[in-house]
Amino acid sequence: MLCRMPDALSIVVVETDRDRAFMIVDGLRDAGEFDIQVISEPSGLARQIQMRDPDVVLIDIANPSRDVLEELTLASGPKDRPVAMFVDRSEDGMTAAAVEAGVSAYVVDGLQAARLKPVLDAAIARFRLFQRMRTELAETKRALEERKVIDRAKGMVMKARGIGEDEAYALLRKAAMDQNKRVAEVAQALVTAAGLLA
Amino acid sequence: MSATRIPAGYVPLTDAAPLIAAQEMGFAAEERLSLELHRAPSWSSLRDMLAFGQVDAAQMLAPVPVAAALGVGGASAPFSVLSVLSVNGTVIGVSSSLARRLADAGHNFSFNDAASAGKALIAAAGPGLRIGVPFPFSMHMELLHYWLQGLAADRGRGISIRTVPPPLMSDAIKSGEIDAFCVGEPWGSIAVENGAGALLLPGRAIWSFAPEKVLAVRSTWAEAEPGLTGRLIRALWRAGRWLADPASRGLAAEILSARRYLDLPAEIIERALSGKFTVTPQGLQREVSGFIGFHDGAAGFPWRSQAQWVALQLAERTGLDRHRALELAGPVFRSDLYRSALAGTGADLPGASSKLEGATGVSLLAAGESEAVRLLPNRFFDGRVFDPMAAD
Repeated sequence: MLCRMPDALSIVVVETDRDRAFMIVDGLRDAGEFDIQVISEPSGLARQIQMRDPDVVLIDIANPSRDVLEELTLASGPKDRPVAMFVDRSEDGMTAAAVEAGVSAYVVDGLQAARLKPVLDAAIARFRLFQRMRTELAETKRALEERKVIDRAKGMVMKARGIGEDEAYALLRKAAMDQNKRVAEVAQALVTAAGLLA
Repeated sequence: MSATRIPAGYVPLTDAAPLIAAQEMGFAAEERLSLELHRAPSWSSLRDMLAFGQVDAAQMLAPVPVAAALGVGGASAPFSVLSVLSVNGTVIGVSSSLARRLADAGHNFSFNDAASAGKALIAAAGPGLRIGVPFPFSMHMELLHYWLQGLAADRGRGISIRTVPPPLMSDAIKSGEIDAFCVGEPWGSIAVENGAGALLLPGRAIWSFAPEKVLAVRSTWAEAEPGLTGRLIRALWRAGRWLADPASRGLAAEILSARRYLDLPAEIIERALSGKFTVTPQGLQREVSGFIGFHDGAAGFPWRSQAQWVALQLAERTGLDRHRALELAGPVFRSDLYRSALAGTGADLPGASSKLEGATGVSLLAAGESEAVRLLPNRFFDGRVFDPMAAD
């Protein structure tokens, strides 16, 4: 590697999603000069990381393969560099921020916190972004599904009562208000009940 | 009066039942608590969620709080164990090809004899047996070490134990990444159901009264919230009593199978609760009494000697000082808080907080705080006895 600085931190990012991996790497590149590698295939993760021998490992907290990394916290030989989760050594609440953002960092023993700060800052920022995107996506999906159910319920009310769309929606809204429920919940109950009776 | 909300974490396993039942069946509400349940994707993330206050209580592998006290692993805050949520409840299984070799060698899959099953396994596997466990700090790990080191004269040479998250265990054995596993239910039965492997032993065949999952909180939280701590202990004790009633099994399995909890078929979840197992993809049936315990035999009582047994195994594996390990581990299991929370409720409260582990093959009466307490058989497969007073 021609351009690798001799003292650049080496970072391994464990991420199976290609786009997310790119985004994390970009975020880290903006934050400083690092030697970054991505592991996208989680099988044999502990072995892969031992082979690459990085200073820092970044992984999504929600990744079930994260438990595999716990093996690395026990040095199994005299030449091993035991890793610890970064949370052990932080002072400024940054680790709580990392856990909250959904990123966990494993670092080799003896690495100075100051060298790690820009890495973690960048990672936390990217993971927060993912969290927002994930929430937005889930919300959009839910809203879409609710819209579909409400439309079906509306259609059923229109047909059963021979009324117009606006009137049918008003009926659903009134039922929801009376029962202290959301329109989507009333619509869902109606669709489910109709399915059972059909 | 409105209920106090307590965020609590669990990992989707059959033995998450006490926390889930406490909330769903109203035992939390009886204590004016509302458990806000968070499903965690892995043990390390649940541990961190607890350490950093995203949850205030968690279902935890019994060795995790002990490891934290000993300073091994990526732990980050001192934990207190308020009670034992479940005793036993794990299974050991093998790949289909290994099961075939065992059968060819005459093993009968009796599902109850750890010594003969272990010897058969070592002989059939040949060199380089790879076994999957969910977490490096787990009873799975400790039981496997105890079992195989006790059997293999060469102290388990060639046997490697690696971490595989429970939901991935079935795939790992199918793809040949591992030859055997030890995992909490229902993931062993799922492997059988997928035709990936066969079950060899229940964990209780190695130690018949092993603390499996515990109720853990941050020690600072227990200190700051003595009232909530007591209410939590009582709610979980009632949930355990309900789960121990055979009449509750069907409903408990149904609740656990819900999408927001385990999201797996109730029929498979119920196998662990009833102790009726299908051990091979061909349908061989085996029954285990006491496969998992939530209540009987003072199951919830956090014995200091249980923490110390775990500490001693960890010390041996990591080269820590034995004496120091025993000293640090005992107080992690808060038998004092358990006693004061349940005093006067009619719960079984033993007179002592420490006992000989592995000393009895039969159920017996022990001295209790007010009346005698019935303890269940507590035996290691090799008949050894752990005496915490004599261990250092």
